[in-house]
Amino acid sequence: MSFLPITLEMSIVLALLLPLLGGLGILLAGRYPNLREGVTLTTALLLLLVVFSMIPEILAGERPELVLLEMMPGLSIRFEVEPLGMLFACVAAFLWPINSIYSIGYMRGNKEKKQTRFYFFFVVAIFGAMGIAFAGNLVTLFLFYEVLTLSTFPLVTHKGSSSMQSGRVYLGILITTSIGLLLPAIIWTWHVTGTTAFVPGGIIGDNLQGPLLVLLLFLFVYGIGKAAVMPVHRWLPAAMVAPTPVSALLHAVAVVKAGVFSVVKVVTYIFGLETLQGVAGVEWLLYAAGFTVVVASFIALQQDNLKRRLAYSTIGQLSYVVLGVAILAPISMVGAALHIVAHAFGKITLFFAAGAIYTASKKTEVSQLDGIGRRMPWTMGAFAIGALSMIGVPPAVGFISKWYILMGAFQTEQWIAIAVIIISTLLNAAYFVPIIFAAFFKPEAPGTKDHGEAPFAAVLALSLTAAMTVLLFLFPEVPFELAKQIGVGVP
Amino acid sequence: MDTLGLFNYWVVIFLMMAGFYTVIARGNLVKKIVGLNIFQTSVFILYISLGKVSGGTAPIVSDAATAYSNPLPHVLILTAIVVGVATTALGLALIIRIKEAYGTIEEDEILAMDQKDEGRE
Amino acid sequence: MMEMHLPVLQVIVPLLSAAICFLLGRGKLPWMFATLVSWVTFAISILIAIQVSDGSTLQYELGGWEPPWGISYNVDQLNALVLVIVSGIAAVVFPYALRSVEREIAPEQHGLFYTAMLLCFAGLLGITITGDAFNVFVLLEISSLSTYTLISLGKDRRALTSSFQYLIMGTIGATFILIGIGLIYALTGTLNMADLAERIPQIESSRTLQAAFAFIVVGFGLKLAMFPLHLWLPNAYAFAPSVVSAFLAATATKVAVYALLRFLFDVYDVNFTYEAMQVQYLLIPLATVAILFASIVAIFQNDVKRMLAYSSVAQIGYMLLGIGLVNATGITATLLHLFNHALMKGALFLALGAVCYRIGRTSIQQMAGLGQQMPWTMAAFVVGGLSIIGVPLTAGFVSKWYLILGTLENGWWPLTAAILIASLLAVIYIWRVVEVAYFRERPEGAPDVKEAPLSLLLPTWVLAAANIYFGVQTDFTVSFAKGAAASLLGGAP
Repeated sequence: MSFLPITLEMSIVLALLLPLLGGLGILLAGRYPNLREGVTLTTALLLLLVVFSMIPEILAGERPELVLLEMMPGLSIRFEVEPLGMLFACVAAFLWPINSIYSIGYMRGNKEKKQTRFYFFFVVAIFGAMGIAFAGNLVTLFLFYEVLTLSTFPLVTHKGSSSMQSGRVYLGILITTSIGLLLPAIIWTWHVTGTTAFVPGGIIGDNLQGPLLVLLLFLFVYGIGKAAVMPVHRWLPAAMVAPTPVSALLHAVAVVKAGVFSVVKVVTYIFGLETLQGVAGVEWLLYAAGFTVVVASFIALQQDNLKRRLAYSTIGQLSYVVLGVAILAPISMVGAALHIVAHAFGKITLFFAAGAIYTASKKTEVSQLDGIGRRMPWTMGAFAIGALSMIGVPPAVGFISKWYILMGAFQTEQWIAIAVIIISTLLNAAYFVPIIFAAFFKPEAPGTKDHGEAPFAAVLALSLTAAMTVLLFLFPEVPFELAKQIGVGVP
Repeated sequence: MDTLGLFNYWVVIFLMMAGFYTVIARGNLVKKIVGLNIFQTSVFILYISLGKVSGGTAPIVSDAATAYSNPLPHVLILTAIVVGVATTALGLALIIRIKEAYGTIEEDEILAMDQKDEGRE
Repeated sequence: MMEMHLPVLQVIVPLLSAAICFLLGRGKLPWMFATLVSWVTFAISILIAIQVSDGSTLQYELGGWEPPWGISYNVDQLNALVLVIVSGIAAVVFPYALRSVEREIAPEQHGLFYTAMLLCFAGLLGITITGDAFNVFVLLEISSLSTYTLISLGKDRRALTSSFQYLIMGTIGATFILIGIGLIYALTGTLNMADLAERIPQIESSRTLQAAFAFIVVGFGLKLAMFPLHLWLPNAYAFAPSVVSAFLAATATKVAVYALLRFLFDVYDVNFTYEAMQVQYLLIPLATVAILFASIVAIFQNDVKRMLAYSSVAQIGYMLLGIGLVNATGITATLLHLFNHALMKGALFLALGAVCYRIGRTSIQQMAGLGQQMPWTMAAFVVGGLSIIGVPLTAGFVSKWYLILGTLENGWWPLTAAILIASLLAVIYIWRVVEVAYFRERPEGAPDVKEAPLSLLLPTWVLAAANIYFGVQTDFTVSFAKGAAASLLGGAP
């Protein structure tokens, strides 16, 4: 079945090993930028190959697993590939090469320092993301979750001491929530069930009831700070000091996706939808997510800095995923899984565009973008497509995922969820459409510096992701099939 | 055999408290060592008086005696005394070094000098 | 033939070697000799551990005198584990000492330095192995007296005052222990621990016995730096020579914790300790305060060595908390942490010693930019730091995991919360160093420094690697700790 001559277990090992080897290669090739970038791209492409080679068999129902080591009885580092993780791994593996191409254009275009360190920690972050995707139990998930947190810190503070304060906020919130809330949640889970493995249908079962169940869910959702449900969202805007490729990585590929992915995974494989359905008090998750969606959208509306606006947009979009989970309908769960993919492609396009604008024109504020569409047609065209995906209109993939979430909300008659989705769609339109309008139809401010498109590498990358946003709308079969198989019982 | 009969314990407790108080209350390092010595001595007396059997004699086997004092505590305390002497010697040696380094052996003055040092760092 | 005498060789070898070492004079000879001795001793401890790994007990009668008249050495899984820790750490620290001591201590004192180290080493091993209560006191004083000298050898003049302070507090502690032992002896007429264990239950309600218990707990509390009796520790560790800090932090307090365990559960028994004396109500509050308070204080230290010292106070809190949990899991956690904390603090102090070797001091500002210039040293520091925090795959995680299980077993989740909060505080104080070392530039005008020499790096990394190894491969530690915990608690009639 697989188009690589290796077993699935080998593929898991390779998917984890490749980034590490790549990291080593990058360190060794540090003095020769071309070679170093060559290593990055080669690793990225190989990883893509390995990850994608697993899709057919996972779709066919294979669930390969691998126990790396057992620290104590019942406590092991274990990997298992299941559809949801596969979906996340595919997103990360697919977007990494594109992001690498873009990074090369951006980092060289802006003459950034310490590029070797940058590329090295980038691969380590991908390593963390792969580990999260394939984690077979909560302990493994936690471990790689922290790897991801720590490896992105040097990326966020790449600009040096001026960014240190924001870096501390970033690290502080993520570490505090993960150790303070997520870890107790894991220990608690272990204590009541004797296992931390991800099992379709959940492992909690009858072990916890009522308020305690809700409390555990609370610990998990806020413990996974990367999901940025308010009020633990502050780290995201703080992380905006990072170079744009990092923001793209954080927002689209690895970090926030790891967050919402973990939330989806915990709800489906630890709690199980049926366990949560009908539990009194579990609605708070819906309210929290809905609140975050709406409030984040309002804040985004007020931001003039483009990247900050995108950051708050991300917070809102992430809570869509959480909302899809909180509706607790199987179909909205599929929507949530798909939204991880949809948002990834849309948001990375937007960040790439923001970075391209900065590289070409050094503009960072929304109000400066009048008429820029004529100078940078490719960039702003891609930006428009990305924005459409965020708002959720065809022909962008964001439409599909939102549709399923909405369907779930209708099925379970969650009127609040429906209202939230409608309001936020309007708000999304309100903060994206004016940018596109101004870029293409408003006259340029007088005295603007003459500039053209961003470096080719950057334009290529953002065009690719924009194209994917449309293509996934037209051909959503593979992600859809994967999402259907996460074991929530969608026909 | 009432309160007075246990007078050896009263002595021990008095010495112990006197020594302990000196260690805590005196700022002069030499006086601290003296206090420590009194404190230790009280324990030595405790042990030695434990071994005394009333009416007993020195534990040398002879036909004349029927009861002997227990020699073991005395032997033990010999070791403890050696330890005590070593401690005192070491303490005094340290005091000499402190005097060389600080020019004083008053605790509060040393503390003030240390704080000044830390302030400078 | 030799095998029979292993228990006594364990102590006699370093003790006699100390005397020989004194005669060897200056130069490298004392160092070479001491290193060799530490390796031989380590080998002996491993052989002993293998013999008792099946749960049996070794008994050795000194001079062939039968107990309870003679002194006997008893080895079970509990003290075999501690013997391995102490001699293992020594076997790593002694090779490291050469370069570090050359830099920090005047040449004419080298011979004396190694003599004192060996004496301290022999004392610690002796406390661990002996089955005689009075022997504990004597050996405790042997190790303590040599410790005071070692601390006073620090470069800073504050080393002298810290040493003096430790001498006063240490002697008071030791005298308290002596009083306790004396009172027990007055009641039972024996000093042999096994014998005591048999006789004490018969007189359990005696007021004197309870007073003796209090004296012993407070005495060892002083020695192991139980909060609030920890005041001597931060200064002593901060100003002692690097090698000494590493050795003491990794071994001395551990041995004191061991001795406390021995008295609480073997000499006295479980019922007496937990039910008659309710020692858990003393230990839990003190331990919790120690964990939280010392961790917070550690965050505000400028000197990294002192920071680690406060961290030690907190870690000792973990061990005492384990005892206070009144279940086998808690005791297992205590023993695991005994072992694992030796590894992590050892690695951290050795790494710091290498830093001190290059830049001459250990204040946090001076460490700026060292991540680039001393990558291996700082990487070892990070590994040790991760272990302190308790990240999975490091040794620290294993012990914390058991400790948390112990709290959950009793349903005491506020303690679970306290442990996790303390982990967060540990993140902060370790992170401060990481941030300065890796994300700050070297200050203007500061001389460039090279990586530490191999003879410092290698021992540091042996311990750092051990942190990872024992975080992954837990068979040895967990089985020993569980066996020992079971025998401690099973001692109840």
